[in-house]
Amino acid sequence: MHELSIAMSIVELAEEEAARRGVQVNAVHLKLGALSGVVKEALLSCYEMACENTPLQGSRLLVEDVSVVIFCPRCRAQRPVSSVQLFCCSECGTPTSEVVQGKELEVVALEIQECAPNPV
Amino acid sequence: MRPEPRLIEVRRNVLKQNDVVARSLRDRFHAAGVFVVSLVSSPGSGKTAFLEKTLTLLRTTYRVAALVGDLATENDALRLARSQAPVKQITTGTLCHLEAAMVQSALEEWNLNQLDFLFIENVGNLVCPSSYDLGEELRLVLISVTEGEDKPLKYPTIFNSSDVAVVSKLDLAAAVEFSWETAYDNIQAVRPGMPVFRLSAKTGEGIAEYLGFLATRLAEWHQAAAV
Repeated sequence: MHELSIAMSIVELAEEEAARRGVQVNAVHLKLGALSGVVKEALLSCYEMACENTPLQGSRLLVEDVSVVIFCPRCRAQRPVSSVQLFCCSECGTPTSEVVQGKELEVVALEIQECAPNPV
Repeated sequence: MRPEPRLIEVRRNVLKQNDVVARSLRDRFHAAGVFVVSLVSSPGSGKTAFLEKTLTLLRTTYRVAALVGDLATENDALRLARSQAPVKQITTGTLCHLEAAMVQSALEEWNLNQLDFLFIENVGNLVCPSSYDLGEELRLVLISVTEGEDKPLKYPTIFNSSDVAVVSKLDLAAAVEFSWETAYDNIQAVRPGMPVFRLSAKTGEGIAEYLGFLATRLAEWHQAAAV
C-alpha cells in the first residue's frame, strides 16, 4: 500500500506549481497507466487524506486510465495488448515485451483559479 | 467577482524525485563497475535463503555485498552475514518498499569500486516495489513453488518490470504438486522472453545455471561499458 506516499507526492507537486504561479488548484489531472503499480481506488481515497491541511484541501483528483500499448514486431506497429495477463499483440497474437504505453504516473494538468487580488 | 477556473498543462512525473536519485545511483554503479541486482518477492518465498546461497557461492570468485530491506527486524542481515559478505540492513519501518534515496543513504560510506556484485533485497511485497527504480541493472523476481503457478498472473506488473525470474524451493515441488510448465508459461505470458531459472537454495539443484547467467551478464555489461 504505497498509494498514500504517491498521493502525498502528487499534492506536493501540485502545491509547488500553484505557489509558483500564485494560483489556487481546484483539480489535479493525472494519467495513470495500467502498469504503474498504483491502484486507482486506493489512490483516490488517499488523495483526500493527503490534501488535508494543505492549500489543496477540497481539490479533486481526476484520473485518466491509460491502457497498455505494445510494439508488435510482426505488425511493425503499436497495438493494444491482449490483457495485462497476456502480453501479446491483440491483432496477430505475437508475444512481445516492448511496452510503449501504460507505465504513466504523471500529473498532466491542473484546473486552477487565480487567487482573488488582495483588496487595497 | 472570482475569475473563471481554467486548465493549465503541467506534465510532471510523480516519481521524478525517485527517478532522479535512481539515475544518479546508476551512474555511480557504472563508474564503479559494480553490477547491481535487486530482488523482489512475496514474504516467505525464501528470498533471504536464496540470497545467502548466492552470496556464499559467488564470494569464491567475485567481490559481493548486499543491502537488505526489512520492515522492522535485523534478522535478514544477521542471516546473510553468515555468508561473510558485507551486508547492511535498511529498516523501512512501516514502508512497504525501498526507494532510491534509501539505497543512496545506505551506500554513503561504501567504496563501490571494491565490488563486482551488489544485491539489493527489497521488502517482501509483489506490488509496491514495482513502481520504484533503485538504479539496479537487473531486477530479479523470485517465486517459490509453494506459492502456486499463478503468481505471475496475479501480479503481472512486478513480473513485467523485472528482467529475470527465479522459481525457488524446487525441493518441495513434488509435495505441493507444482507444475513447472504452467508456471513457466504464465511467466512468459506476462513477460515474453524473460529468462527463468528453477532451483533449490537448500539442495543446490539448479543453482549453477543461475550463477552462470549472472556471470555472463556481468561480463556482457563490462564489455558494453568498455566499447
